[in-house]
Amino acid sequence: MSFWSRHQIFEKNSIVLIAGILVVIAIGGLVEITPLFYLKSTIEKVDGVRPYTPLELAGRNVYVREGCYLCHSQMVRPLRDEVERYGHYSLAAESMYDHPFQWGSKRTGPDLARVGGKYSDEWHVTHLNNPRAIVPQSVMPGYAFLSQTEVDEASVTAHLRTNRAVGVPYSDDQIANAVADLKAQADPDNAGVDAFTKRYPKAVARNFDGKSGAPTEMDALVAYLQMLGTLVDFKLYNEKANLR
Amino acid sequence: MTQSHTAKSMTQGEAGLVLVFSISAFLCLFATAKALDTAFAFHAALASAASLWAVIAIGNRYFARPASLPPQEINGRPNYNMGPVKFSAVMSVIWGIAGFAVGLLIASQLAWPSLNLDLPWTSFGRLRPLHTSAVIFAFGGNVLIATSLYVVQKTCRVRLAGDLAPWFVVIGYNFFILIAGTGYLLGVTQSKEYAEPEWYADLWLTIVWVVYLLVFLVTIIKRKEPHIFVANWFYLAFIVTIAVLHLGNNPALPVSVFGSKSYIAWGGVQDAMFQWWYGHNAVGFFLTAGFLAIMYYFIPKRAERPVYSYRLSIIHFWSLIFLYIWAGPHHLHYTALPDWAQTLGMTFSIMLWMPSWGGMINGLMTLSGAWDKLRTDPVLRMLVVSVAFYGMSTFEGPMMSIKVVNSLSHYTDWTIGHVHSGALGWVGFVSFGALYCLIPWLWDRKGLYSLKLVNWHFWTATIGIVLYISAMWVSGILQGLMWRAYTSLGFLEYSFIETVEAMHPFYIIRAAGGALFLIGSLIMAYNLWMTVRVGEAEVPSPLALQPAA
Repeated sequence: MSFWSRHQIFEKNSIVLIAGILVVIAIGGLVEITPLFYLKSTIEKVDGVRPYTPLELAGRNVYVREGCYLCHSQMVRPLRDEVERYGHYSLAAESMYDHPFQWGSKRTGPDLARVGGKYSDEWHVTHLNNPRAIVPQSVMPGYAFLSQTEVDEASVTAHLRTNRAVGVPYSDDQIANAVADLKAQADPDNAGVDAFTKRYPKAVARNFDGKSGAPTEMDALVAYLQMLGTLVDFKLYNEKANLR
Repeated sequence: MTQSHTAKSMTQGEAGLVLVFSISAFLCLFATAKALDTAFAFHAALASAASLWAVIAIGNRYFARPASLPPQEINGRPNYNMGPVKFSAVMSVIWGIAGFAVGLLIASQLAWPSLNLDLPWTSFGRLRPLHTSAVIFAFGGNVLIATSLYVVQKTCRVRLAGDLAPWFVVIGYNFFILIAGTGYLLGVTQSKEYAEPEWYADLWLTIVWVVYLLVFLVTIIKRKEPHIFVANWFYLAFIVTIAVLHLGNNPALPVSVFGSKSYIAWGGVQDAMFQWWYGHNAVGFFLTAGFLAIMYYFIPKRAERPVYSYRLSIIHFWSLIFLYIWAGPHHLHYTALPDWAQTLGMTFSIMLWMPSWGGMINGLMTLSGAWDKLRTDPVLRMLVVSVAFYGMSTFEGPMMSIKVVNSLSHYTDWTIGHVHSGALGWVGFVSFGALYCLIPWLWDRKGLYSLKLVNWHFWTATIGIVLYISAMWVSGILQGLMWRAYTSLGFLEYSFIETVEAMHPFYIIRAAGGALFLIGSLIMAYNLWMTVRVGEAEVPSPLALQPAA
C-alpha cells in the first residue's frame, strides 16, 4: 500500500509531475538519437557522394515543394524483390547531404532512390507533363506548369550557403560559381561546362527540358531525378567493410 | 486582485499585448514589402492584418468591460471561463468537416487522377498535408485545447489562469493552422510528415504552445482540489512532450529571413530518426495521450461511474509515456538506419501493446454496472466504441512493428488503413463523443437537440470506417504480396504499374467510406448547431445571474 501512496507526490505537486514526465520521455529519445551523431558505423564509408549541383538542388526543392515524397520513397530495402526491382539497397551515405531526408513512407508510385539514368530526359519531361501519356494506368498528377517557371537565379548562392551552414561541405569555389554552374548544367554548349563538371564529379550538363532559354523548374527536377542513386559505383563498393 | 471601485485602467497584460501586436503589425508590414516570394508576402500580410485586428479587439474589449476583471469566484463557486473553450469547440467542428472533405477529395484523386486538375495548388502532393494537418492539428488540436481547458477548470475547481492568455492560445493556435494550411497550397513545406509548416509558422506555434502550457500549469497550481486528476496528467504529458518533439524535430535555417524556404539542421539518417521520433510521438502524445485524457474525464462523467482502477491509471500513465517515445524507429525498418536502432524500436513497440491495452481496459471497465446505458445513450456508445477502436489499432500497431510483418506492410496502404482505424475510430469517435457532451454543458442546455441524429451519425460513420479500413487492409496486403511475387522461372511477376492498377477498386471503396464519415460529421454539426439554437435551457443556476460572457 505504501508504494501506491508514494505516488501522491506526483499527484499533489504539479512541478514534480512535470519534472517526472520530462525525465521519463527524455530517456528513449536520448538513447536512440544521440549515438547516431557519434557512432562511426552510422554512415558507411563510400566514394562518390557529393553535394548537389545548384540545378539539382533547385530540382530537389521542387520535389519537396510538390510533395513527391508522399507517394515515392527514396529508400531501397535490402530485400530480394526490391533489390531486383530497383537496384542496390540504399546506403545512409547516399543521403548524408540531404536536408531534409526524402526516404518517404509510402509507395503509391515506385521507389525513386535509383531512378537516375533509367529513362531518357524526354521520357521524364513527357511523363511529368502528362503521366498518362506514357503510363495509361498511372494515378500521378500532371506537372506541366514546371516548364513555365524559371529557376530563381538570384537566390541560388544563398541556398548553397545555407546548406553549408547546416553541414553540407560546399567549397568556396562552388559557392562563388553557383549561378554560373546553374546555367552551365542546363546548357551543354555553355563555356562553363568543363569548370562545372570539375567542381561536381559525375554531374552531367544537358538541356534537360529540351527547350532553349534560362533553366526552368522542369530542367531542375529532371536533372535531380537523373542523378538519383548514380553517385556510388557499386562495383567498387566494399560491402563487408561496412557491415553494421 | 484589483478592487471593483478603483478607476478603470488597462492591465499589464492588455497594455503589453497591445504594444507587442502594434510592433508586430508594423514589422510584418515591413516583411511584406521586403518579401522574396509571394507565399511569404501573403503570410506576412496576413500576420500584419491579424496583429492589427488583435490591437483593435483588445482595445474594444477593454472599453466594453467593467473596471475590474471577472471575479475568480461568485457566491463561493468558481467563476469558470468558458469563452475560449466555446471558441475552440466550434473551430474543431468547422476544421473537422474541412479536413474530412479534403480527405475525401484526395482519396478520390487516387481513384480518378483527373481530379488533380494538374494545377499546382490542387495536386495530391499539396493537398495531402492539408488533409493530415487539418484533421490532426486543426480538428484534433482544437478538441484537445477545448477539452483540456474545460477539464482543468472543472477538476481543479478554479477559473482558468490568465485573462487574455487563454484567448491568445485559442486564436493564436487557429492562426497557426491558417498559416500552415494556406502555406501547403502555395507549396510552402519542409516536407517532414506532420511537421510540414515552415520555420516562421514553427516559431509562432512555439510561442502559442508555451502560453498554452503556462495557462494549463498555472490553473493546476492554483487548484482547490488536493489531487491533480488523472486526465490532467495525460494533458500535461501531451502538452510538455509535444513542445519537446516540436523543438527537437524542427530546428531549421531559413535561406533568408524574408523568404519562406529553410533547410533543416539535421541531415540524412539523423534527420530520418528525428523525424520519426517526432512523427510516432505525434501519434503517441497528440493523438493518444491527449485523447486518453478525454477518455478519463468524459467516459466516467457520461457513464456516471468512477474510473475503473486508480492503480491501473498510474501504471498506464507512466508506462505509456515511457515506452512510446522509443517506438519511432519502427517507421524505418530495413532502411539505412542502423539495425540496433531498428531493433530497439521494434522491441519497445511490442512492449507498448501492454500499457495501451491497460488503458483500454481502464476505459471500458469504467462502464461496470452501467453497461445497460449503451442501449439508450448513443453518445456513450460512441465513446465506448472509440476505446474499442483504440484497442484494435494498438494491437495492430505493435504487430506491424515486427520486422517481418513490416517488410510486407511498409510503403503500402495497410499503413494508411492502420492510421485511419486509429484516427477515425479512436480519435474521431472520442472527439465526437466529447463534443456531444461538451456543447450542451457549455451552452447550458439540458441535453442534445436529437439523440436520434447521434444514432444516425454513429452508424453512418461506423460503416464508413469499416469500409475504409477493410479496403485498405485488402489493398495493402495485396500490393505488398504483388511486389514480392515471383514467377516459377524466378522473375518478378508484376510490374509496378500492375500493382497500381490493382488498387483501383479499393480506392473507390475507401473514398465511399470517407464520404460516409464526412456525412456523419455533417449530421453532428447540424445536431450541435440546433442544440445551441433551439435546445431547452438548463434550469438557471445561481451562476446564470452573472452577465453573459
